[in-house]
Amino acid sequence: MAYSLKQQVEKPERFVGGHRLCAGCGAAITVRGVMRALKPEDKAVVVNATGCLEVSSFLYPYTAWEDSYIHSAFENAGATAGGVEAAYRVLKKKGKVNETFKFIAFGGDGGTYDIGFQSLSGAMERGHDIVYVCYDNEAYMNTGVQRSSSTPRFADATTTPAGSIIPGKPQNKKDLTAIMAAHGIPYVAQTTFLGNFKDFHEKAEKAIYTEGPTFLNVMSPCPRGWRYETEDIAEICKLAVDTCVWPLFEVVDGVWKLNYEPRKKLPVEEYLKKQGRFRHMFNPGSEWMIEEVQKHVDKKWEALLNKCK
Amino acid sequence: MTMTKKANEIKASEINESTPWQEMTIGGEIYEGGTSALVNTGEWRTMIPIFHEEKCNHCMLCVPFCPDSSIPVENGKRKDFDLMHCKGCGICFKVCAHKAISYEKVGA
Ligand code: SF4
Ligand code: SF4
Repeated sequence: MAYSLKQQVEKPERFVGGHRLCAGCGAAITVRGVMRALKPEDKAVVVNATGCLEVSSFLYPYTAWEDSYIHSAFENAGATAGGVEAAYRVLKKKGKVNETFKFIAFGGDGGTYDIGFQSLSGAMERGHDIVYVCYDNEAYMNTGVQRSSSTPRFADATTTPAGSIIPGKPQNKKDLTAIMAAHGIPYVAQTTFLGNFKDFHEKAEKAIYTEGPTFLNVMSPCPRGWRYETEDIAEICKLAVDTCVWPLFEVVDGVWKLNYEPRKKLPVEEYLKKQGRFRHMFNPGSEWMIEEVQKHVDKKWEALLNKCK
Repeated sequence: MTMTKKANEIKASEINESTPWQEMTIGGEIYEGGTSALVNTGEWRTMIPIFHEEKCNHCMLCVPFCPDSSIPVENGKRKDFDLMHCKGCGICFKVCAHKAISYEKVGA
């Protein structure tokens, strides 16, 4: 069926208000978008790695989730989701569960790119019928903006502060989406919040309803850590895709497909200058940093275009 | 004190800071969904979005962008804000191309 935002927003909400995520938090937008892609008649078991989302959406006795929810540790959301899915398969076979359940794990970049990586990789390799969603906000925001392997180069994080010794984070961002694609799983995609959410929704739906392990990486900006005004999230996401900093693509059964090509590829500074974490890159004498980022983005973009041919 | 209720009969709305442990659920479990709706996060606001229904064409573009599920939809119509949960981030205000949302300082 063709995508209709009007129909989608009419569905009952599965992630309700009253959670304690910050005003303007991208993680909440990601969760709502993923949960909206479930068929209303299907149930879900949500597994959540430690992180902002976990500490803010389930404070006893208040849960923001309409579905079953398990808080797992930082390092094992993948294993927990895999275990619950395996138990469900047995119970279903024995006729002890009749409803259809879907298994969705959420983790931030800390819980996914770094700490939960081995457990995620294992769950994917074992072939569990689960979706793993990373809400990628590019640092450990919950504990105070420490760098993760997802933090982009030059970003000012509290453990890689920009100053006279280092120019922000010295290393480039890990390309986790490509690493997940290399697992040879049936569906991997990268998206963010754009326009009528068609790209996001279709990817979430495919991730949930493709049999086997699937992975969705969602750029989910954090106004506190990235230092922009809360109301500007839509603009930040649009700039991320139009500068090719965060390209939209999917990998279906090993075949790479580009989902969005900017009409005009914008220079990276359009994206960088909106965010306080990159402010030092605009000081006199720092031009080389912007050039480095542009070179890196261009190289990654060319490589992506080649994979998608 | 003896436990009078089974764990799955205890409601989140009955649990508060002075509830003795015997009357709480074991293991931090909750047997209902969406209980955070009881929490007033609207009081966090320093800015407030204001809905101008006459200008809204119900395109719904603002709805999925709200992190606080505070833009209700009913029968194809976008309804007024749920101000008990809206934190006043202003994302909806920026997304709306029809000027159906204004954004002001609280108490201005
Ligand atoms: S101001 Fe933010 S929280 Fe309030 S309704 Fe708009 S998007 Fe939602
Ligand atoms: S974006 Fe504006 S016009 Fe569209 S539904 Fe929201 S308030 Fe109405």
